[in-house]
Amino acid sequence: MVEVSVRNTDGPAREEAEGPGPRLLHGLRAYGLIVAMWVRSTMAYRTSFVLMAVGNFLTSGLDFVAILLMFSHIDALGGFSLPEVALLYGATSTSFGLVDLFLGNAERVGRRVRDGTLDSLLVRPVPVLAQIAADRFALRRLGRVVQGLVVLVWGLARADIAWTPVDVVLVPVMVVSGAGIFAGVFVAGAAFQFWACDASQAQNSFTYGGTTLLQYPPTVFSRELVRGVTFVVPLAFVNWLPALRILGREDPLGLPGWVDFCGPAVAAGVIALSGLAWRAGLRSYRSTGS
Amino acid sequence: MGVGDRDEGFIELDGVEKVFDVRRKAGFLRRERHQVRAVDGIGFTVPRGEMVGYIGPNGAGKSTTIKMLTGILVPSGGRLRVAGIDPSRERTRLARRIGVVFGQRTTLWWDLPLRDSYGLVRRMYRIPDARYRANLERCVDLLDLGALLDVPVRQLSLGQRMRGDIAAALLHDPEVLYLDEPTIGLDVVSKAKVREFLREVNAERGTTVLLTTHDLTDIEQLCKRVMVIDHGRLVYDGGLDGLHAAGESERTLVVDLERELPPIEGVAGARTVKVEGPRQWLAFAAGQSAAPIVAAVAERYPLVDLSVREPDIEAVIAKMYAQRSGM
Repeated sequence: MVEVSVRNTDGPAREEAEGPGPRLLHGLRAYGLIVAMWVRSTMAYRTSFVLMAVGNFLTSGLDFVAILLMFSHIDALGGFSLPEVALLYGATSTSFGLVDLFLGNAERVGRRVRDGTLDSLLVRPVPVLAQIAADRFALRRLGRVVQGLVVLVWGLARADIAWTPVDVVLVPVMVVSGAGIFAGVFVAGAAFQFWACDASQAQNSFTYGGTTLLQYPPTVFSRELVRGVTFVVPLAFVNWLPALRILGREDPLGLPGWVDFCGPAVAAGVIALSGLAWRAGLRSYRSTGS
Repeated sequence: MGVGDRDEGFIELDGVEKVFDVRRKAGFLRRERHQVRAVDGIGFTVPRGEMVGYIGPNGAGKSTTIKMLTGILVPSGGRLRVAGIDPSRERTRLARRIGVVFGQRTTLWWDLPLRDSYGLVRRMYRIPDARYRANLERCVDLLDLGALLDVPVRQLSLGQRMRGDIAAALLHDPEVLYLDEPTIGLDVVSKAKVREFLREVNAERGTTVLLTTHDLTDIEQLCKRVMVIDHGRLVYDGGLDGLHAAGESERTLVVDLERELPPIEGVAGARTVKVEGPRQWLAFAAGQSAAPIVAAVAERYPLVDLSVREPDIEAVIAKMYAQRSGM
């Protein structure tokens, strides 16, 4: 069999030229419409929804059960106590859960590119990303967010923290900008699938793989890896750097203190870059035969 | 109103090209690159309110043209306007004014009942309530969708789904309707229903319709004008009658003889094109009557059975293209 890979030669398939502000609102409105419809159709089967949400809560909690089991044999992991690890775990799980809830279906884009069903999204008067992200919106994924929040709150309550007003503000900022960074990674991964339709596994190693990595203290990993997730794919800003400040610990790379507050800026940067990647991906879309 | 918005050149293409870069695996890491010209310099205009058939064999560039007209694909060259809008530059703005139906796949939400899909379409296109209700009622009525509104799309048959798709494409009163193979795979009853509906939409609403199809009957029943594309070039643009003449199309007389015989010879106006056991195929010009040929064969050969086959569109087009490349 001859494998034929095809690349488009040119050109922008641009979204409506209204400037970024109105376009964003337009996209959010469309996203809301589609999400609302999926939620309504899910709520037609309430029992099933409740069971699925509980199931989601429990399965996503298994990761933490593994950590609990580990701590039944040890007192500290890489110098971190159980509540401290719980803080790390809860923060990244909540951020990741939020993105998985709101953008999780963006990873389907590869399949849509492969089978050409992206065509039908392109002929509608709303941004494609909003349509893709909202497609099959599954409210049951709220289970993971709740589970992450429960562990986060427990960790914050039990860990030995000298609370300052800055720390108090840093907690929600950490969760939100962490979600922003994951969102950027999700969108960039989705954009990459325009060129490599089967890339969702590569994307998963950064998303699911990333959140699993961030559940553990940076001290248990090699410096090279920590450097990689700080400077290359800036996942360290999701929870490690802000959490280390809240816990009053040094970061293993010895970065200046202000870096701990860069989460929002890093998130904005990652989102901007992924937006550009998405546009480029959409431009290179070549549809399928017939 | 822009210049291109005039009714005469409602859809306007001038020297439009689409070139794909194809890379073929030629070794472990080696890739051979070459270019495929899917659409190779096409130009035509469609006035507002016209219903045009766009036909050609597989891979001729029909769908690629439609995808450029909707803004899904960006032309590699040439000029293209729909209602004065450059589709690929202002895809979303154009989307409000066009309706698209892909015969091969649905634009509806697979897991949702038709009713919910339509509701979502209404909000996406911001269709005023009264207009939405009137349009939906009309589509439900004419396309016989009443019993299907609460059925999830995935449970619909192909014909039901197609009707559902056509209705969805018309709820926002598009000025142009593109239909890519709207009758593919449908049974005779569904085909008739779809054609009837399209005719009415075109006549009553003045919707401009561009239709690609493999089924010549679609064209015969719906379109006064037909465009034929092959190898990315427009090879014919005119009335349907002219098509057979231009293609010098032939009909085929299939005769079953009593036994295997050498190819039939000496029948005026016909030539034997194929022999398979006792069955033989004779080609003759489409404009000519079959009667004298049948008589001539029956007179000299032991005839058991016979049938006449009409020229099929693929053959007409193939011939047309062969002529052009021979020029």
